[in-house]
Amino acid sequence: MTIEVKIPTILRTYTGGEKSVEAEGGTLTELIDNLDANHPGLKDRLLDGSVEGGGDLRRFVNVYINDEDVRFIGGLDATLADGDQVVVLPAVAGG
Amino acid sequence: MRFDNLLQSVGGTPLVGLPRLSPTPDVRIWAKLEDRNPTGSIKDRPALLMIEQAEKDGLLRPGCTILEPTSGNTGISLAMAAKLKGYRIVCVMPENTSDERRQLLRMWGAEIVSSPAAGGSNEAVRVAKRIADEHPDWVMLYQYGNPANALSHEQGTGPELLADLPEITHFVAGLGTTGTLMGVSRFFRAHKPSVKIVAAEPRYGELVYGLRNLDEGFVPELYDADLIDSRFSVGPRDAVRRVRELLELEGIFAGISTGAILHAAMGQAAKAVKAGERAEIAFVVADGGWKYLSTGAYEGTVDDAEERLEGQLWA
Repeated sequence: MTIEVKIPTILRTYTGGEKSVEAEGGTLTELIDNLDANHPGLKDRLLDGSVEGGGDLRRFVNVYINDEDVRFIGGLDATLADGDQVVVLPAVAGG
Repeated sequence: MRFDNLLQSVGGTPLVGLPRLSPTPDVRIWAKLEDRNPTGSIKDRPALLMIEQAEKDGLLRPGCTILEPTSGNTGISLAMAAKLKGYRIVCVMPENTSDERRQLLRMWGAEIVSSPAAGGSNEAVRVAKRIADEHPDWVMLYQYGNPANALSHEQGTGPELLADLPEITHFVAGLGTTGTLMGVSRFFRAHKPSVKIVAAEPRYGELVYGLRNLDEGFVPELYDADLIDSRFSVGPRDAVRRVRELLELEGIFAGISTGAILHAAMGQAAKAVKAGERAEIAFVVADGGWKYLSTGAYEGTVDDAEERLEGQLWA
């Protein structure tokens, strides 16, 4: 099962400059672990390690599965299927 | 309808059905035409209430200077009200915003301070906060954290929707300051809690997300995730495609961000059809397309339009 993950400019130092990388996992937690195995350090930038038990998404990190914000579909437990697209973006203002 | 002056005519906008975009008679889509406000956008509602509240609180007095970070519409609304009420206004606006917005701001008498394109509205907020420190006597209404922003929708937009569409099942709006969604959600959570609140967030080009580090990210102080049921990220391609469909099929000429909102509304409609459920989905037409003609979003192929919007703050 392969999932395409789009990486924002600010985190591309961890992916050797790649805009998009492939990763595997049935849940977002598994996907992030798999990402970190191939791109060490990425997990720490996405998750707030100060929280007991592995942490949650950092406040200014937004992750979308097929354009839907994961915070509303289970957070780190959100499930993934083959062919899904994951986008990681920093939170920015509108208005 | 008669009003004593322009400011009193804010709100009370029409809700129109979209028979061609609605998938079935049981799943219908409705457009709340917020472009029918005095300066042509939904922002007239929060701008007016923020000013009135600041006057009530004694913060704004005759001769005061208003300062506001804005990507355009809020600044335009504030400038109109400031002109009528006799305040000076300074707007901090990212440089990658359309020329029409700058021209309109100047016409209504605003002074514009440009903030860098990279970082988008985050930078405008940062620059405005710095200027506020330098000018402690200026009044920053601060739409991202001012409760009157959300309150204008809790008292206006929400009740209008329920009155016009008592059978409403979904409300879909854009996520910028989060004021529209927070206010309308508070109203429905109190008066019809079954209504699903859906956010459509514009996804810009990379330039706009060009922060120096993740700690420079920004979540408006008004935002409360518990007041939202789902949140979608919509890129310029889907926004342009939908905004053109809206004109082609229903005759409505809307701004680009409305295309993103319609895209999320259509997603909810498709979901309801698939589940065999009835749905009455109301979404916000935040403004008309006039201010975005120069972006090139309305001409040529969708590919061309997408390319031209790269790096622009189109919502």
